[in-house]
Amino acid sequence: MTGTLSLRRKATNAIMLSATGVCTLLAVGFLFFILGYLLLQGGKDLSLDFFTKLPVPESETGGGMANALAGSAKVLLLATLLGVPIGFLAGVYLAEYGAVGFSSVVRFVTDLLNGVPSIVMGIFVYTLIVLRMKHFSAFAGGVALGIMMIPIALRSTEEFLRAVPDSLREGAMALGASKWKTVATVVIPAAVRGILSGMMLNLARVAGETAPLLFTALGNFYWSPGWNQPIATLPVMIYNYAISPYADQHRQAWAAGFVLLALVLVVNITARSIVASGLHKAR
Amino acid sequence: MASSASRTENTRPRRVSRFLTRARGVEAVAHGVAFLAASTIVAITALLVFELWINSALSRHKFGWDFLFTSTWDPISGQFGALPFIFGTVVTSALALLISVPLGVGAAIFLAELAPPKISDALTFCIELLAAVPSVIYGLIGIFVLIPALQTIVPPLKSVFGFLPIFSGPFYGVSIFSAGIVLAVMVVPFIISVSREILLAVPRDLREAALALGATRWESTWDVVVPFAKTGIVGSIFLSLARALGETMAVTMVIGNTPRIQASLLAPGYSIAAVIANEFREAAGDLYTSSLIELGLVLFALTIVINGAARLLILATTGKAAS
Repeated sequence: MTGTLSLRRKATNAIMLSATGVCTLLAVGFLFFILGYLLLQGGKDLSLDFFTKLPVPESETGGGMANALAGSAKVLLLATLLGVPIGFLAGVYLAEYGAVGFSSVVRFVTDLLNGVPSIVMGIFVYTLIVLRMKHFSAFAGGVALGIMMIPIALRSTEEFLRAVPDSLREGAMALGASKWKTVATVVIPAAVRGILSGMMLNLARVAGETAPLLFTALGNFYWSPGWNQPIATLPVMIYNYAISPYADQHRQAWAAGFVLLALVLVVNITARSIVASGLHKAR
Repeated sequence: MASSASRTENTRPRRVSRFLTRARGVEAVAHGVAFLAASTIVAITALLVFELWINSALSRHKFGWDFLFTSTWDPISGQFGALPFIFGTVVTSALALLISVPLGVGAAIFLAELAPPKISDALTFCIELLAAVPSVIYGLIGIFVLIPALQTIVPPLKSVFGFLPIFSGPFYGVSIFSAGIVLAVMVVPFIISVSREILLAVPRDLREAALALGATRWESTWDVVVPFAKTGIVGSIFLSLARALGETMAVTMVIGNTPRIQASLLAPGYSIAAVIANEFREAAGDLYTSSLIELGLVLFALTIVINGAARLLILATTGKAAS
């Protein structure tokens, strides 16, 4: 009796433990499948033209997405200039200055903002900027992505500042440094590695965002000088080409997907290794 | 001469006090700037709610609560009901959870309880990269890989299970079912990484006590560790649910964009996020736009509630482990 029972328990143990291993393999398998497939499909379709030429009309084949690459860079630059300072300074406020009541309000609201679906962010910026300016623009796209960057910028800044030991702050203060001097010259430099990598992850995250750009930056088949015109971006281009009926546009979509995924993953891996090497050093 | 003498006399105290006031000034400015940034976030969020509320006024006044419970979506006659979209959003998300929860929790158990730390870290790194893949890429894979694959897999399945209403009707590839699968793959990384963190926070003694009493590895995990972490794991599931509800691109690309409520999972459907993505730009007329914005408001409210619940549940567990 006990023999069979323990056999059953042993079998359950072995079966369930292997099942969890299979789950893990499946999940990791998805990543390698996506990577492999894009590498194969997108790498095959990638050419120099992709980086140097403008899109061509549907009836023709060839062309590239030079304008969308530049457009994404431009929109992301504006997003960074807007989202990072606000998030960073607010993070400094929460970690170093915050009054208890107001801090919890800010934290709550930041979580709320972080949970806003990206398409809703698109609507918000549309009503806020596009409706008032009466046209789609690179500016509106940058603002939409910039607002999306704020919550993560805040959270990573606060988290890494809090990880700085209090003894550093006390040491600086004991030497006569004022509060802001302590924060600016001792605390922030001690956390800069983590904060920087947090910002990189943040940028990589919004770089792939499509929904907030659909009716803010819109899209463009040509170059878009200045900030006041609709602008092409890589993710929106992928979307438009993927749902089009033309095989040559599908080919371009795969190539663009490959470039986007490669950029996102390279930034991710770099940022994570920055943090990891920092931890290693600290030990 | 006299003035110079008086200056030397007063130099020290005056310099010190000037330094102090300046330092206090800089201090106040630094504090003020940081405070301003924090306030900006509150202001932006308030503005977001305000804009959604004001700009959906037309639709809210015209349809009232009926908006949520009627299923006619007819821009030409000006009738707008959100039910087909709410249905599509909820069903695709539920389907996604049905697939991703066992998979995600299983993998989290493996990573937290079984795998050696080095291997666990390496695999978790891969999982986190999976979470970083942009949603439009999932859409791309969905259209060109998943849907053709489903078109070959589903017909034989249909011949067996076709008598069930949820598998009835023709299958075109784009469907609620396809959207659910894509969403499942998209949210799995979130369930895994949050659940793993929560499992790792469960005190070691609990495992050791169970093992010492003769429990197998699986029994100590499933009967002791997992129940302890249950609330937090449910929290991670809610977190993923909120993501699935708001997910736009990948769903838009595979759901079929048909505003009808049908029993069959194999039928095309529509989701809130997808209809906004597809129709907002072309919406002619204030009522049409306003209705789409009200859909945005509904989606916003839905994700806020789910996110809030998730956060409370996760806090409840991590707090328990700490005490």
